Amino acid sequence: MFNWLQSIGHRTFDRFSRVGRGSLFLWQCLLSLTYVFTKPILLIRQLYSVGVQTLLIILVAGLFVGMVLALQAYIVLVDFGAEESISLMVSLSILRELGPVFTGLLFAGRAGSALTAEIGLMKSTEQLSGMEMMAVNPMKYIIAPRFLAGVISVPLLTAIFMAVAVLGGYFVAIEMLGQYEGVFWSQLQIKVDFYEDLMNGMIKSLVFGFVVVWIAVFEGYDCVPTSEGLGQATTRTVVHGSLAVLGLDFLLTALMFNV
Amino acid sequence: MNTRNLEITVGAFVVLAILAMVMLSLKVSNLASYGAQGNVYEIQAQFENIGGLKVRSPVSAGGVRVGKVADISYNNEQFTAVVTMQLEGAYKFPLDTSASILTAGLLGEQYVGLEPGGDEEYLVQGGEIELTQSALVLERVIGQFLFSKAQEKQGE
Amino acid sequence: MRGLSFSRGNRVIFDNIDMDIRQGQVTAIMGPSGTGKTTLLKLIGGQLKPDAGTVHVAGENVHQLSPTALYDLRRRTMGMLFQSGALLTDLSVFDNVAFPLREHTQLPESAIRHLVLLKLEVVGLRGARDLMPAELSGGMSRRVALARAIALDPEMILYDEPFTGQDPISKGVLVKLIHDMNHALGMTSVVVSHDVDEAASISDYIYVISGGKVVEHGTPMNIKHSGSDWVKQFMGGLADGPVPFHYSSQPMMDDLMASSNEGKK
Repeated sequence: MFNWLQSIGHRTFDRFSRVGRGSLFLWQCLLSLTYVFTKPILLIRQLYSVGVQTLLIILVAGLFVGMVLALQAYIVLVDFGAEESISLMVSLSILRELGPVFTGLLFAGRAGSALTAEIGLMKSTEQLSGMEMMAVNPMKYIIAPRFLAGVISVPLLTAIFMAVAVLGGYFVAIEMLGQYEGVFWSQLQIKVDFYEDLMNGMIKSLVFGFVVVWIAVFEGYDCVPTSEGLGQATTRTVVHGSLAVLGLDFLLTALMFNV
Repeated sequence: MNTRNLEITVGAFVVLAILAMVMLSLKVSNLASYGAQGNVYEIQAQFENIGGLKVRSPVSAGGVRVGKVADISYNNEQFTAVVTMQLEGAYKFPLDTSASILTAGLLGEQYVGLEPGGDEEYLVQGGEIELTQSALVLERVIGQFLFSKAQEKQGE
Repeated sequence: MRGLSFSRGNRVIFDNIDMDIRQGQVTAIMGPSGTGKTTLLKLIGGQLKPDAGTVHVAGENVHQLSPTALYDLRRRTMGMLFQSGALLTDLSVFDNVAFPLREHTQLPESAIRHLVLLKLEVVGLRGARDLMPAELSGGMSRRVALARAIALDPEMILYDEPFTGQDPISKGVLVKLIHDMNHALGMTSVVVSHDVDEAASISDYIYVISGGKVVEHGTPMNIKHSGSDWVKQFMGGLADGPVPFHYSSQPMMDDLMASSNEGKK
């Protein structure tokens, strides 16, 4: 019994020390960002591997989410004779919630886990150590470019997701359900507010990107350098990253969308 | 992948995202109407009850949107609600125009409807609409209806 | 280093060690596996901080330096050869060796190309310059890593188990390289190894550590004729001696009796 209590205490302290390490890590990473601007090729390479390679899944997911949402919206609204509001329902859901959250989750799963695995492998094969001994700070050369690439990519991917989803909804509404094109767009142009809906959604995506890439990069840097440890670190990135996105989403929604 | 191809691909990615943002801003949100900010003028109207009218609710004349509600406040001396409206400069209304708070559809959102009068002079920036009709408060209407029904019964 | 102590968790790895590494010489640090020889190199390089004691390199106290000054010290004085080579896997052999040059100097590409080819020539791998690390054998990786370590002409090179797991020819090559480079370039070399014969053949001075302490130190001749039984067993590669062959357990008969008793139950 006593042992069990002791182990809980240990694990709690471990968690605290992890959070502490993570925060110090973030601080160092932010300080190293200036180096990235002297060597933009590093950033560009990472933007490719982190952003461009996530594009495909974002496009496909966005399209299907938009289309499904339009179908479901129609089924509900048609009972109230309010089918014209289908465009509103789809767009507001996407811009305010589903766009940022879906992109955050997909990013954590695809790009986040890849980042963790890559950095963790570099740690296991002593490449990070080697760099230090060559007097090149791995923070500056490896970590900071990936971090910046993540923070830049996620809002960009979110914008693409949102646009594709709305277009998907448009396709379903007009082609499949026979709505009028003019009605679809004019409803949106009146009711959807640039600042309240679109900008808030983009702010969310910025926050999500920051947190997910921080977790991904830290887990890789901090992992136990064995094959088992690497697997655990990758899993933690996906799980913690996803939970963080959902939790922060609630927080931000409560802050932004009050009446 | 060599550097040049890499840069091109990343550039394409960023351009795609910017296009998406532009499309969203213009077609999906009301940014275009923000742009019409340049040529607007403000007028006020006082109501006893504004019902469910909100800031940014539309202002229409003849069913066409001509502006929006910019501000709602309460006049504590005259005990009325003061609604400040922004109208697009292209549209001019006579001094004796009346403003009513109407509902779009049966249960839709509320908006301000303008009925033009016949005066030769027009409202300008800072002007005020004298003739106003407050929103229908559903409970009052029902109450009135029941009251009048009861009176009928008594009369018989 | 003076009075160096370092622990990890509950294990004391080093207990109050004193060592002097002489300039221009090859110093070997030997001991059984797991005594923390790699840890010692990391302490010298400033990647780990000791619990007590000091390490001075080129007159500077390593662990009191600010991060910037530490990086500066590493750049000026140290090169390190890791056990696995630690080459950057996404760069070619050429780019790996060029890496420190590109990062720390403003030399034009033509000058860098010359330097890289020279360094690769020293280790005999100039023709392999366009291969990727994944295509190299273990021995070749280490030689490339060596070329990279000398790219900036450091004053001191730290070798972490350079001979371990190599076939006899590769071992011979590495032995020759370390010896020649040290004397041709006037460097200081610290070789951490448990390959007794190879290390002893090229060292000018040897430290033997075990159990967190320096058991013995001296020239290779002195060590070979050491009085300590343990050192003799270690240096001679004898199967049994102060370090016993059998892991401690109960006498054989008791073990057999116990297992047959269990079978009967």
